[in-house]
Amino acid sequence: MELVSAVTIFVLAIFVGFEVITKVPPILHTPLMSGANAISGITLIGAVVAAGAESATLTTVLGFLAVVFATTNVVGGFTVTHRMLQMFHRKD
Amino acid sequence: MTLSPVIVNLTYLVAAALFIFGLKNLGHPRTAVRGNVLGALGMLLAVVVTLVSQDIVAWWVVLAGLAVGGALGGVLAVTVEMTAMPQLVAIFNGFGGGASALVAGAELVQRVSASTGASFELVFLIAVAASGLIGALTFFGSLIAFGKLQGIVDESAVRFPGRHVINAALFLGALGLAAALVLNPTVPWFYLGLILVASLLGVLLVIPIGGADMPVVVSLLNSYSGLAAAATGFVLFNNALIISGSLVGAAGIILTSLMCKAMNRSLVNVIFGGMGGEAASAASDEDDIYAGRVKSSSPEEVAMLLDSAGRVVVVPGYGLAVAQAQHTVRELTNLLEHKDVDVEYAIHPVAGRMPGHMNVLLAEADIPYDQLKDMDEINPTFKQTDVTIVVGANDVVNPVAHEVNDPSNPIAGMPILEVDQSRTVVVIKRSLSPGFAGIANPLFAADNTLMLFGDGKQMLQELINAVKEM
Repeated sequence: MELVSAVTIFVLAIFVGFEVITKVPPILHTPLMSGANAISGITLIGAVVAAGAESATLTTVLGFLAVVFATTNVVGGFTVTHRMLQMFHRKD
Repeated sequence: MTLSPVIVNLTYLVAAALFIFGLKNLGHPRTAVRGNVLGALGMLLAVVVTLVSQDIVAWWVVLAGLAVGGALGGVLAVTVEMTAMPQLVAIFNGFGGGASALVAGAELVQRVSASTGASFELVFLIAVAASGLIGALTFFGSLIAFGKLQGIVDESAVRFPGRHVINAALFLGALGLAAALVLNPTVPWFYLGLILVASLLGVLLVIPIGGADMPVVVSLLNSYSGLAAAATGFVLFNNALIISGSLVGAAGIILTSLMCKAMNRSLVNVIFGGMGGEAASAASDEDDIYAGRVKSSSPEEVAMLLDSAGRVVVVPGYGLAVAQAQHTVRELTNLLEHKDVDVEYAIHPVAGRMPGHMNVLLAEADIPYDQLKDMDEINPTFKQTDVTIVVGANDVVNPVAHEVNDPSNPIAGMPILEVDQSRTVVVIKRSLSPGFAGIANPLFAADNTLMLFGDGKQMLQELINAVKEM
């Protein structure tokens, strides 16, 4: 049952994604992509658990690398998106 | 501290809702900054609740990882040039995909070392295999895309013989290793082998793709990084990962299909076929098209046209960005606006090296976003346009795209900016050399076209001076 509900969430989220993202105009496609990219860094929450578990050394090493990668993705992604979006302004 | 799983999961739900609201707000320039902040807030919430709810023993490992990654990401994000945005997004995609593969690997190692011969659920193993395959492919594919965009790896389409056979064999090999992993989860070599084969596949799939097709590749890898996160969500049975991963997967797929549509090519054709390089046959008709018909003009003559114009449209291409002429073009259009000329910019979907790239470059040059018009919006207005200035664009304004019945036409059916409908077209270009599609452009020889031969930035500057002297 757990699997079925997980798959349900997966499929519904894809529909939500399509619905929300098709409405984004081409002018904002680059910030959309870098912002979405930062969101895909959510894998960070799995990474911190693996890195902090202190079980097998290999798990810790893999977890540490995963935390570095995912944090780079998250921090860099949101920051650069913010930088870009601040440049967009209306005619005054 | 121990939080009940209910609270933790509800917090993840809030984070996912913030991601959705954030993406929705990214749909308009007025709300986009807030949208991005909402997304970041959701991420912070998810990470903090994870840190306090899980039994983190090795705090220093976690904190060191957060510090290193945060510093690296922060420095890259703050220092990057806007022209280098595609490669930055490519490398971030890669990091996201790589992180997902690493998490799946760590979880596998963890469970194998903890279990005493107990069996693993099938879903867990399939998800580990999927995450490893997609994640590693995304990581190495993105590294190559980064290298090409940065100019470290040969940007042209490098096609080695037998690549389809090799790629097919590698893909089958990856599937075989994935199956072996599912059947024998305690043999670590299968996961390692899967990662290696998927990495090689990532490299070989992107190497043959040329620079002009990078918008498609970057979008596709963006989608993969989301799918890898979703697969990792199934590994950990974590809804936050599943939801966010599928949102990003959907975003990447939409952008990929938009880019393909803008080039009128199928995804299969971009990845496995490809233009550029082989279209030399068209070179012979260049003489027929151009001979005696191309009119070379001077900045003074164009300035006179601009001075009497009521509406001017600028069509910026990637060449404009390469010449770093965004600020110069804005100076020109500001000048025209002071003379009460109505000015807009026409942006083709593939005008840059990633979706929407040109808009960012123009926004950086302080050009207001209400002047930036996409193809569908601007095309009906060319008939009422007095002067259209094309800078650094070629294939996206080539009327040959309308000749859909010619089988040798590489851009047949590609949606273009209909600049030839405006009263006068001014093309700023170094020479009559063809664009990425490798074909001649009859626009340059049209009756209403004037050519300004020269470097984009320099010509615009001379145009500014000439308009000022009016």
